[in-house]
Amino acid sequence: MTIAQIVFLVISATTLVASILVVTSRKMVHAALWLVLSLGGVAVLFVLLQASFLAVVQVVIYIGAIAILIIFAVMLTRRMMYDTGSPINRYWWAGALAAVLLFAGLVVMLGQIPSITTQASALPIPEGELLSLLGTALVDVNGYMLPFEVASVLLLAALIGSLVVARPMERKTEEGDKR
Amino acid sequence: MDFNFWDPFTWIGEWLLNLLVGWGLAETIALTLLRFAGAVVLALVLLLIGGVLFTWLDRKLSARIQDRLGPNRVGPFGLFQGIADTLKLLTKEDIIPAGADKIVFNLAPLLVTMSVVGIWAVVPFAPTLIGTDLNVGLLYIISVGSIGTLGIMMAGWASNNKFALLGAFRTVAQMVAYEVPMVVVLLVPTMFTGSMSVHAIVEGQSSLWYVALAPVAALIFLTTSIAELGRAPFDLLEAESELVAGFNTEYTGIKWGMFFASEFLHGLTISALTAAIFLGGWQGPGAEARPLLGFVYFMIKTMVVYFGVTLLRFSMPRVRIDQLLDLNWKFLTPLALAAVCVTAVAEKLALATNWSRLGVHIIANVGLLILTLGALWVRARMVRRRFETEQMRLAARSESAAD
Repeated sequence: MTIAQIVFLVISATTLVASILVVTSRKMVHAALWLVLSLGGVAVLFVLLQASFLAVVQVVIYIGAIAILIIFAVMLTRRMMYDTGSPINRYWWAGALAAVLLFAGLVVMLGQIPSITTQASALPIPEGELLSLLGTALVDVNGYMLPFEVASVLLLAALIGSLVVARPMERKTEEGDKR
Repeated sequence: MDFNFWDPFTWIGEWLLNLLVGWGLAETIALTLLRFAGAVVLALVLLLIGGVLFTWLDRKLSARIQDRLGPNRVGPFGLFQGIADTLKLLTKEDIIPAGADKIVFNLAPLLVTMSVVGIWAVVPFAPTLIGTDLNVGLLYIISVGSIGTLGIMMAGWASNNKFALLGAFRTVAQMVAYEVPMVVVLLVPTMFTGSMSVHAIVEGQSSLWYVALAPVAALIFLTTSIAELGRAPFDLLEAESELVAGFNTEYTGIKWGMFFASEFLHGLTISALTAAIFLGGWQGPGAEARPLLGFVYFMIKTMVVYFGVTLLRFSMPRVRIDQLLDLNWKFLTPLALAAVCVTAVAEKLALATNWSRLGVHIIANVGLLILTLGALWVRARMVRRRFETEQMRLAARSESAAD
């Protein structure tokens, strides 16, 4: 085994254990922290695949923004210091079934790729160029410009929608204004 | 390789590598070991400098500004005060408050220190002295910084203390908010260089520093960095008069010392980043051929920025939380977006028309500045007018009530 393989095994094991603990830990904040660990594990997997841009973006977006937002929301809920109720409700089997089915589907689908057992060769472009190729492909008319623009419009709509939802109700009366 | 006085870094690296390979290690393993060793040395030196020397500098400066003497008993000019303080912190009792979440409580200072030290991996000290030249360096800096936010949040939550939690809330609101204009404004040097690597950015400034091309962007970057650092005027996270000591209220001994040292180191970090990204890093006369000279230039620039940040710290009052968020969302974020747009247009214009690059950018930035000041003036007038009408209405009402 090479060092990269050992690192891969350790990191994937950590990620898996952490993601199981996300759904089983009794404290909400602990669950959120385990989520951070598993997301960090995914970032390390990206590093192992030499996708440094994706790794860094994973940390910025998922750990730096989403996980912190989740922790923030959890902390703002009441009694978060001693929220120790059981995280398992009576539909746990449905969730487990869905997870197993999804995993099995992924395994079957990946097994049908013919080159799955051979080691992939490195891309014939230097690593520094990958990022700029990705960037140009996203704004290239022959590349992925349309999906990119559609996604941008969707995100903008979501942004405006969240603003509309979060806006306080229009206060009509003078008395309402006083409060 | 012969010893070259002007480039000791390459020489030391090769000497150590040859030594390890000579002991029978494979070259890849030797390189990995050396990288680890380099990281440890860098972190130790930085934490020592940040924790010991810069505390002294900071206290002396603050003393001078506040018309005091500052530390002057331990060693010449009180230089060894930091060492005495470190020893004191190391020997203090380590208290974990009742009801605290032990693991999270102990993990938090580690994460905070790690996030600050981690940034230095991509800081180019000299042409031949850089931890690693990531091609996503700027994003890496942002991402590592966000881990620090997480650490502060964990510290506040695990302490089982209202004030610590409130401090953590403020910190997160502040840091998440100020990250937005910071990321946006970092697009400007990226556009100039065509790369996010800090090393490439420094090399791109060989003829002209980016602060001359984009003064507005540099100013926004410094402001948001100070806010991320959480120092006055943005030190709401540890507002002593409101929150005891903020997120680290319950910490004692060396764990508190780690927060303290990492805050000082963070101050040095943002100075170094500003120096590298906008002030040309190690660039200077003769630095290309003599890396040691580049190192000296870089340190001088960093010190100048640090001095400015410290002066700001001791001469500005603390802002309120609503002012802080207003400043970010209503002023810095739109200004950063506008700066990016203006810079992009100016850069293309300079390329297309063969005008002077510097001139186009200066004109664009001055135009942006005038527009901003105009908008501020209009807004200030509106706010003042609204306030006056409100006052008049209130006065009229109280008069009629008195009748």
